Amino acid sequence: MSAPLVTVTELSLGWGETVLLEDASFEIERGEIFAVLGASGCGKSTLLRALTGLDPPRHGRVEIAGTGAPTLSVGRPSYGVMFQAGALFGSMTVGENVALALETWTDLPAAAIAAIVRARLRLVGLEGCAHLAPSALSGGMRKRAAIARALALEPPLIFLDEPSSGLDPVSAFELDLLIRTLSEGLGLTVVLVTHELPSIFAIVQRCVFLDRASRSILARGDPRVLRDTCPLPAVHHFFNRTSPGSSP
Amino acid sequence: MSSASTDFAIPDAAAPAFHLAPRETEPGRWAVRVEGRLSFDAGRALWQALLAVVPTPPPTALTFDLSGVEAVDGGSMALLVQTRWSLQATGVECAFAGATGTTARLLSLYGGDVSPAAEVAVAAPGFLAGVGARTLERLDEVRLLLDFVGRMVRALGGVLRHPGTANVRAIAPLLARTGADALPIVVLVTFLIGFVMGFQSAVQLEQFGADIYVADLVGLSITRELGPLMTAIIVSGRSGAAFAAELGTMSVSEEIDALRTLGIGPLRFLVFPRVLALVVALPLLTLFGDLMGLFGGLVVGVVNLDLSITAYLTQSLRALDVWDVFQGLIKAVVFGLSIGLIACAQGLATTGGAEGVGRRTTTAVVTSLFALILIDAAFTVTFHMAGL
Repeated sequence: MSAPLVTVTELSLGWGETVLLEDASFEIERGEIFAVLGASGCGKSTLLRALTGLDPPRHGRVEIAGTGAPTLSVGRPSYGVMFQAGALFGSMTVGENVALALETWTDLPAAAIAAIVRARLRLVGLEGCAHLAPSALSGGMRKRAAIARALALEPPLIFLDEPSSGLDPVSAFELDLLIRTLSEGLGLTVVLVTHELPSIFAIVQRCVFLDRASRSILARGDPRVLRDTCPLPAVHHFFNRTSPGSSP
Repeated sequence: MSSASTDFAIPDAAAPAFHLAPRETEPGRWAVRVEGRLSFDAGRALWQALLAVVPTPPPTALTFDLSGVEAVDGGSMALLVQTRWSLQATGVECAFAGATGTTARLLSLYGGDVSPAAEVAVAAPGFLAGVGARTLERLDEVRLLLDFVGRMVRALGGVLRHPGTANVRAIAPLLARTGADALPIVVLVTFLIGFVMGFQSAVQLEQFGADIYVADLVGLSITRELGPLMTAIIVSGRSGAAFAAELGTMSVSEEIDALRTLGIGPLRFLVFPRVLALVVALPLLTLFGDLMGLFGGLVVGVVNLDLSITAYLTQSLRALDVWDVFQGLIKAVVFGLSIGLIACAQGLATTGGAEGVGRRTTTAVVTSLFALILIDAAFTVTFHMAGL
C-alpha cells in the first residue's frame, strides 16, 4: 500500500475563543473519494480551508505528500480547489478562467492552452461554453466550470466544497457521476465537504464525521457502513435523516 | 384592579373574536379564561388585551385557561407565550392550563410549556468605552494600511523577479477606465474651478486696478494645488470606490481565495495593475485639469475683465514656470499611489457580504480623501520650507 497523499496530524481548528476541532488526525489515500461530513457548524468548511492552506490551523499539521504543508505562496499549486459557489472570476469568460493558471504557470503557446481549455471544458460537459461569461451559466454549470479550472494544471488532488448543494437532483447526479469519472479515469484524489446524502452514498469511499459537541472526529470509514452499523446517535441521525425528537 | 375586572371581547364580524375573562380564584391568585378564536390578524387587540388583563399590582400567580379556545394560530400563540414569559420575569407564577388538540400542539411548539432560554444581555458601551473602541478601530485601519504597503513592496519584488505574475494585460484596460473615461468629468470640474477662481479674484483685484494678476492667481493655484487635488478627489470617488467595491465583491464571493489556490498572488495580479494604472493616469489627468483650469481663468479674464487673450496668456507664462506644473505632477503621482493602495487594501479586507462591501467602499473613499488633503498639505509645507 502506497503512502497516504494527505496526512493530518493532531489538528486543532477555530477562531478567537471558539474551538471547532481538537487533535484530529486522519489520512487520505491516493485515488480515493474522501468526504468531510458533519452537522452544520461543526467545522467542515474550516477544516477544508486548513487542508487547502487558506487558513492556518491553531495547532497540528497538514501534509500533502511531496509538497509538505499546504501554503498559498505564489507558485504553481499542487492541488485544485472548487469553491461552493464556483468563485469564477466575473471579469473573465469561462475559457479565460480555465486558462488563467495555464498561462501563468506553464510555457505552453496560446494554441496549446486553448486546446487544453477546450478539453477540460469537454471533460466537465461544458464544451462550447468557453466564450460565455460566468453570469450566463446556471449554478450547476458554474460548479462544473470551477472543477475544470481546478483541474487545469492536472493536479493529483482536488478539494470540492459542497459540490452538489443547491442543484436539482438530475444536475447533482450528473456532477456525482463526473466526480467519480474523474477519480477513476484520471486517478484523481477527491476531498469533498458535503451534506448531500445521495451524493455521499453514491460516490464517497471513506469519510470522517465531525462533531461540534465533542470537537472531535466522531466516526470514520465507509459512509454506507456507518449508516448501517454506527450506534452513535449523532452519526445515526445524520445518515438516516432523523432527529432526536423524531419518530424512527 | 379595575382593569383586571374588565372582560375583553373583540366583536368584529370580519376578524375572529376572542374574549379574556379574568377572575381572582383566591387572594393574589388569578385565572384568565381565554375564549373564542385567536387570530394574528387581530394581534394588536390581543396584545393590548393581554397587557390589560394582568391585575395591578401584579398577582402572585396567574393561569391562562385555554380550554375555551376554539382556534389559535402561531402568531397569537407567540403573543400568549411571550406574555407568560414576561410575567415570569417579573416574579409572577404564570402557567397555561386546559389546552387540548391543536392548541396544545401549538403551545408545545412555541415553548409555552417550558421556561424561556436566558437572553444574553448585551450592555451598551459607555461613552469612554465607545471612544476607545472607535480609536482602536482607526488604529486598526492604520495597521491594515501599513501591513498592506509592506506586503505590496514584497509583491513588487516578486513582480520584478517573475513579471509573468503581474497581469500586465490588465493595465491598458485599467488605464482606459481610470484615465480616459474620467477625462470628461475632470475637464469639466477643473474648468469650472478655474472659472470660479478667476471670477472671485477678479472682483477683488479689479478694485486695485490689478485685473491682469487674475492670470497669476489662477495659474499658480491651479497648477500647484487645485489641479492635482481636484483631479485626485474625482479619481478617488470614481476609480478608488470602484476598485474597493470590485475587490470587496471578489473577496466575499471567494474569488480572491480561488486566485490564491491557483498559486496567483492577489497583490501582483489585482492590486499591482490597478495601482500602476492610477499612478500613470493621475498625472496625465492633472495635466488636462491644469490646462482646463487655466482656460476657465482665461474665459473670465477675456469676458469679464476685457483682457486680450494674448495679454492673459503672456501674464500666465510670466507667472508660471515649469516647476509649478512639475510639483503638481509629483503630487499627482503620490495621490495616485495612495488612492490605489487605500482602495485595494480596503477591498481585500472586506468580509461580511454586501453590507461589508458597502462599508469598505465608504471607508476607502473617506480615508483616501483624508489622505489626499494630508499629503497635499505635507507637500505644500515641504516645498515652501525648501524654498521651491
